[in-house]
Amino acid sequence: MSAPENAPAARPPLAVRGLRKAFGELVALEGVTLEIERGTTTVLLGPSGSGKSTLLRCLNLLEKPDAGTLDLGDGPIEVGGRLPARTVRQIRSRSTMVFQQFNLFPHLTALGNVTLAPIENLGIGRDEAERRGRELLGKVGLADKAEAYPDRLSGGQQQRVAIARALAMDPDVLLFDEPTSALDPELAAEVVAVLADLAAEQRTLVVVTHSLAFAQRVADRVVFLEDGRILQDGTPQEFFASTDERLRRFREVISSV
Amino acid sequence: MPRFLELWIESLPRLLAALVQITVPLSLLSFAIALVIAVLVALVRLYVPFPLNLVAWAYVQVFRGTPLVVQLFIVYFGLPRIGIELEAFPAAVITLALNTGAYASEAVRASVLSIPRGQFEAARSLNLSRTATFRRVVAPQAMRIVLPPLANDFIDLVKGTSLVFAITLIDLFQVGRQIAATNYEPLIMYTLVALIYLVVVSLLSIGQNQLERKVSAHVRT
Repeated sequence: MSAPENAPAARPPLAVRGLRKAFGELVALEGVTLEIERGTTTVLLGPSGSGKSTLLRCLNLLEKPDAGTLDLGDGPIEVGGRLPARTVRQIRSRSTMVFQQFNLFPHLTALGNVTLAPIENLGIGRDEAERRGRELLGKVGLADKAEAYPDRLSGGQQQRVAIARALAMDPDVLLFDEPTSALDPELAAEVVAVLADLAAEQRTLVVVTHSLAFAQRVADRVVFLEDGRILQDGTPQEFFASTDERLRRFREVISSV
Repeated sequence: MPRFLELWIESLPRLLAALVQITVPLSLLSFAIALVIAVLVALVRLYVPFPLNLVAWAYVQVFRGTPLVVQLFIVYFGLPRIGIELEAFPAAVITLALNTGAYASEAVRASVLSIPRGQFEAARSLNLSRTATFRRVVAPQAMRIVLPPLANDFIDLVKGTSLVFAITLIDLFQVGRQIAATNYEPLIMYTLVALIYLVVVSLLSIGQNQLERKVSAHVRT
């Protein structure tokens, strides 16, 4: 893969600085600074309530941060104050979220789910959107389920449709919020296989997960959060070899379930 | 032939004429307007900030909180005192539409509120505009949820039209009253009137079922 010559090669597709988010008294994120490199898979790990999901949701502005800057390739934007709808939509156009509960639109077929946003947002014609949609469903192994409604699909299939739906927006960054937590191990494996494919294609992924196996197998980088702060940020090897007491305890607790 | 059947057959044409000329058009017209009011008021209450949403709330409170027959009297007999004179039929349409609109707006509002948060989040994450979210994600799902309560409101409206005799309209019920007053058979006449309403409402229920089946074909509940 060759990047266009004039692309600002150094510019990361995603950078946050000094991100802060509180829910009333509870501080969920405090001074989080993070740069994601293009074509890498970053796993956010941390105990429950550590702020990892909040961080992910702030990246897509599903949660509105209280302070900090967000840069999704258009330059840093101060996100603490009131944001014009246009800015919000510009930031959101760079990333797409895949949810723990899939959140497919139940009144649309798999193909309808995948083509809705491209037709509405990108101004792509229905035929072209459907052609691309079928291609993406094929990519996640569901070419034969294009006409199926979500309630006829297994959880793993629904999540793969959700991934195809996110891919259809062709975002720079794909965000995954515990994408396999609602699935049986067997179905989770299907989803992990798709994620591994995407990682192998050098897409930029940020994944919140409880799966150490996934972190070990797929991640280029593991960011460990605790109490709303980044405690450790490094390669999976570094994470798994760390002798830090808190990381050690976290690994033990997670592996024991 | 038993006497009641004779009377029924004899009076049926006049009753059906009143049904077709007044009760049905009054119901359909009022409900169509009520639907528009309901959606607008629900949207205002859901998405528009103070003070407009307070106005919408007050409207719902007033029309749900007072009897329909009193509303009819205010509009038809009361408003002329401040220079607003309406014929009986338009007065009835306006009052019934406002009354049903208040109830129906609550059904519409509840149906939007019952859509899982994840649906809105998915739409936001896909960067859909608010209009596209409403049109393509919210409305089709809300439709399924809103049908049963809306059908209830429609049925209430149809039965509520029987009150318009009080503002001089000659509807199904009023014709029944007139006939009963001449043949002195209130039990027989009002039973027939009741049966006609029952048949109309039953037809509506059948329509409701078919519509429900159509809009929830792909949703397991």
